[in-house]
Amino acid sequence: MMSSPLRILVAKPGLDGHDRGAKVVVRALREAGMEVIYTGLRQSPSMIVEAAIEEDVNAIGISILSGAHQILVPKVMEILFEKDLGNIPVFVGGIVPENDVEELIDLGVVGVFGPGTSTSEIVRVIRDAIS
Amino acid sequence: MSLFREIISGNRQSLAQCLTSIENEDDNYHFLSEIYGHTGNAHLIGITGSPGSGKSTILNSLVKLMRKNDDNMGILAIDPSSQFTKGAVLGDRIRMQDLLGDKGVYIRSMATRGALGGLSNAVAGSIDVLDAAGFDRIFVETSGVGQAEIDIAANSYTTIVVLLPGAGDSIQASKAGVLEIADIIVINKSDYSHASLTKSHLLEMLDIASHSHNIDNNSINSSKNIWSVPIVSTVATSGEGVDELADNVYSHYKYLCDTGELEVRRRNRIRYIYRLLLQKQLYTRLENILLEERSIQQLELLMQGKNDPYTAVEHLMKWFDTH
Repeated sequence: MMSSPLRILVAKPGLDGHDRGAKVVVRALREAGMEVIYTGLRQSPSMIVEAAIEEDVNAIGISILSGAHQILVPKVMEILFEKDLGNIPVFVGGIVPENDVEELIDLGVVGVFGPGTSTSEIVRVIRDAIS
Repeated sequence: MSLFREIISGNRQSLAQCLTSIENEDDNYHFLSEIYGHTGNAHLIGITGSPGSGKSTILNSLVKLMRKNDDNMGILAIDPSSQFTKGAVLGDRIRMQDLLGDKGVYIRSMATRGALGGLSNAVAGSIDVLDAAGFDRIFVETSGVGQAEIDIAANSYTTIVVLLPGAGDSIQASKAGVLEIADIIVINKSDYSHASLTKSHLLEMLDIASHSHNIDNNSINSSKNIWSVPIVSTVATSGEGVDELADNVYSHYKYLCDTGELEVRRRNRIRYIYRLLLQKQLYTRLENILLEERSIQQLELLMQGKNDPYTAVEHLMKWFDTH
């Protein structure tokens, strides 16, 4: 039987209203045969985790351009671990200074995609992390 | 704890995983047959209409309003899968921001995965799971549909059809198709021009329909048993008219209960599911027969002109009758 499509949540946390990047990634993942649930703007960390649970997704992508990644990403990770969902791979995309990347990886984030990352690279890393 | 116990105890994660397994067509026949006995209590409501007509936005306001009376409400929101890549963008949650974080509302986005009719093959099973899990009302939102996708009516007891102002004239209103399945018609974005003209075309159509209905059923139904399809004008983004829509949903459900029509619709839905399951099994069997040695030999005979396809099928059908 053919394998079922992967389900991916793409989320925009916090007050940052810029989602061109998130929409590009949503389209790229769709083109790669995935089912992408986009939350829309201004989600709280707990709303993101709730959506991931309700939609039973294989991975979560968080898009942040506001610079608040050091506050919002740890919060999402904390709630995920609290609910025993640490096995869901989490990715971060957006403007993340190089020095902060390691900090996010230490929290359990699987990949951080900065400006200029090709969409095929994003698809590859997500597929690898899920399989 | 069994999966079923977890689901009825309100474990959202188990519920979500269960719906995934139905979507993926895993071997869940035993589970679905276990829960079947616990179904039949929920009010199933379908909402359909063309892409961008405002179905999700209407549900956002409607469910928020109806939550005052209902403890548990479920939403299955369908969006189309790509025929080429199988991928899908499921964006209905974006319009339902007022419902996010509400523990009494469960929203699940689903892709059509090649199914036609604006639904997913997983819809029927998923409705049953939500029903058994104790959801009072379950909404199914179709992907944007055109004129003829009426499967939603077989999966729901109350069907809401969302239209837009100015989308067609009186001829469009009189065509067969989605309008025939409407229990409630909504003209959304009714602050746009032409909204009143659209309404008058629809009223004219409904007037003719109810007139011919009365003639057909003269001796059977007294007029109080006939539901007259209301037309509700809404502006979903502001919530205007949504209270009237909610009132109509309640009164339609009351009508269904009072007249016995609910039983008729339940029977239709069960027949539809039974037929769907049977169809799927028979189709698989057919595909297997085509792969069998005798089919390959038969094809050779047809190629050589020693037999014709009509006689071959007749013989095969006779074989079926005796096996």
